[in-house]
Amino acid sequence: MTLAELQRDFRVWLTHASPEAARRLDPRAGMGMTVYQNNYRAQLVGVLEASYPQLHAWLGSSLFLEAAIRHIDSRPPHGWTLDAYGADFEATLSHMLPDNPDVHELAWIEWSLSESFVAPDATMLASDRLAEIDWDIARLQLAPSLRQRSVTTNASDLWSALQQQTEVPESEMLATPGGVVTWRQGYTCQLKPIDAIEHEALLSLRDDPRFSALCDALVARLGEEAGIARAGELLASWISAGIVTDVD
Amino acid sequence: MFTPPPTFAGFGLGLRKEHYRDFLETDVPVDFVEVISENFMVDGGQPRHILRQVRERHPVALHGVSMSIGSADGLDHAYLRRLRALVDEIQPLFVSDHLSWSRVAGFNSHDLLPLPYTREALDLVCRHIDIAQEALGRSMLFENPSSYVAFADADMTEWEFLAAMSRRTGCGLLLDVNNVYVSSRNHGLDAQAFLRGLPAERVRQIHLAGHTEVTDLLIDTHDQPVCDDVWSLYAQAMSLLGPVASMIERDDAIPPLAELLDELAIARCISERAHDLREAA
Repeated sequence: MTLAELQRDFRVWLTHASPEAARRLDPRAGMGMTVYQNNYRAQLVGVLEASYPQLHAWLGSSLFLEAAIRHIDSRPPHGWTLDAYGADFEATLSHMLPDNPDVHELAWIEWSLSESFVAPDATMLASDRLAEIDWDIARLQLAPSLRQRSVTTNASDLWSALQQQTEVPESEMLATPGGVVTWRQGYTCQLKPIDAIEHEALLSLRDDPRFSALCDALVARLGEEAGIARAGELLASWISAGIVTDVD
Repeated sequence: MFTPPPTFAGFGLGLRKEHYRDFLETDVPVDFVEVISENFMVDGGQPRHILRQVRERHPVALHGVSMSIGSADGLDHAYLRRLRALVDEIQPLFVSDHLSWSRVAGFNSHDLLPLPYTREALDLVCRHIDIAQEALGRSMLFENPSSYVAFADADMTEWEFLAAMSRRTGCGLLLDVNNVYVSSRNHGLDAQAFLRGLPAERVRQIHLAGHTEVTDLLIDTHDQPVCDDVWSLYAQAMSLLGPVASMIERDDAIPPLAELLDELAIARCISERAHDLREAA
């Protein structure tokens, strides 16, 4: 058996528990191959639990384990780091629990926070620079740790209550869909629910980072006075929160 | 041709999250710390920030678990570039990984899977070590793994494989004494022969850890104190080796730092006794 054949058989044993593959690798059929199989699966369950502690608490151990097993069986790991294994757990949950948007959104929040935690560093924009900026041509630079998505449930409230170990509210649909952002301010991860207007405004900056374009979009949506006022208000809050980290 | 890194005769601990505060706020009496490289091969954030602060206080050894030096598919060059960036920033005491494999055909087991000790595997591992050391611009250490199966078609023993690998590539060796004990018990090998078979002058670092016994097999769990048999084997290793860095490696059921420092004190004591005996001989 060549090394390549041995490694292919090992993969088949780990992912499918194929007895034929195990026999080819260890004709004595000792306990050793079972140890590797157990290590493989236990480690993946463990990393999902570590990546999603609040989701684990929300679903309960039994349902979480069922989702983890389904994920392990359908999505073997491929990345160089074990920490990346939970990246598409939300997809498994969406398939397994299609009618629970709160679960999907809770999973997204938890994963995005972990991505924000190790995203590239960025410094806060110094307030003394603001006076020098020509806002007609200014381009806003978003924090590299910023993640956002639209939401339909109060998943961010659920996550915060679970994380702070306070009374967890009932899961409910929002009166109007909004958004949620995660990012890192210094070394501290942040989570904030945002309304649909702020969500769209941040999304638009990814296509066109000019502040003037943001103003135009908000004026078109809210009218001249309210649009300009909202643009200023959003900019101030993004700069103070470290969501906008630079302006060129 | 690379040569093993300079010797460093110190005593250290694996740096784990539970002890970050101790290492950042107090003067922990260790000569070096070892970190899991992959935990810090990230773009930014607190992990890298903490490592930079610890590095200001202690020499740091980078210990990897994902190089997969024995993959028949070849090495992951993006991984090597990330590791190189970390090496350049931290300027580590040692850079190490395991004599094992994890990846095949896009699949990553994230386990330190065993290699057959064949000439084919030796050639492949040596080619990969050459590539890795070139990519990192420095020599590495490779650790003997624990194993739970031994392949029937081996051409040589594990220690013969390690010795040939080190001689051909210039890499150093990281001797995990607990792994020698675990594999020897699991496969009915002679642990003393393992130690005697290694090229002592190429060993730069020693790991000491605990294991668990499950249905006649020892499992390398790193969640227990070092057991008496492993301490005995460490004493024998230290009687054979020259100056070498020794450390306690605990990855699970992490106790208070003081308990690990107590274990490290035992290692210092055994090492000093072995040194005195060598001097007297």
